[in-house]
Amino acid sequence: MGMAAEDIARMIKESFPDAEVRIEDLTGDGNHYAATVISEAFRGKSRVQQHQMVYDALKGNMDGVLHALALKTATP
Amino acid sequence: MSAQDVQDWIGKQVAGNDVVLFMKGTKAMPQCGFSMQVAQILQHLGVDFKDINVLEDMSVREGVKAYSNWPTIPQLYVKGEFIGGCDIVREMFQAGELQELLTAKGVAHNKQALTA
Repeated sequence: MGMAAEDIARMIKESFPDAEVRIEDLTGDGNHYAATVISEAFRGKSRVQQHQMVYDALKGNMDGVLHALALKTATP
Repeated sequence: MSAQDVQDWIGKQVAGNDVVLFMKGTKAMPQCGFSMQVAQILQHLGVDFKDINVLEDMSVREGVKAYSNWPTIPQLYVKGEFIGGCDIVREMFQAGELQELLTAKGVAHNKQALTA
């Protein structure tokens, strides 16, 4: 189970083409990642909205195949 | 309970308690590191909160995700408002924003508690 870091980055990039995406595999098991996403799209949005946008980009993989994604969002 | 009953039940918990944490396990015995972090932050701030163990009821576990359009547990609600999950609560706590929010919403907490 789990997802490859490249797959996570690709899915996020598909929804946020301008984004700077950094993925870190925290434990090396393909199951616990930290992601930083920096995109103009977040401007004016609350933290909850920003994270919801990223979760939407991951299309239902959160809490399923992807147990742990520590998420940080920001605007450039 | 039907899906609608579950949504109504969740709504009642969130409306009837100033601070509600949907978590895996209980505040006394968290079953997941992320749930534990949020419970610890609230306890550190001396906030009285209701803990709801989603592992006890699969319909609540799935229902609360639909309720807030948020895919993960834990979920923190203050005065009826969804505040966020572990990452957001930790970020807000470290920035002092969680303490400001509690003050703004009139939720009793220990104002002398140190930030991380």
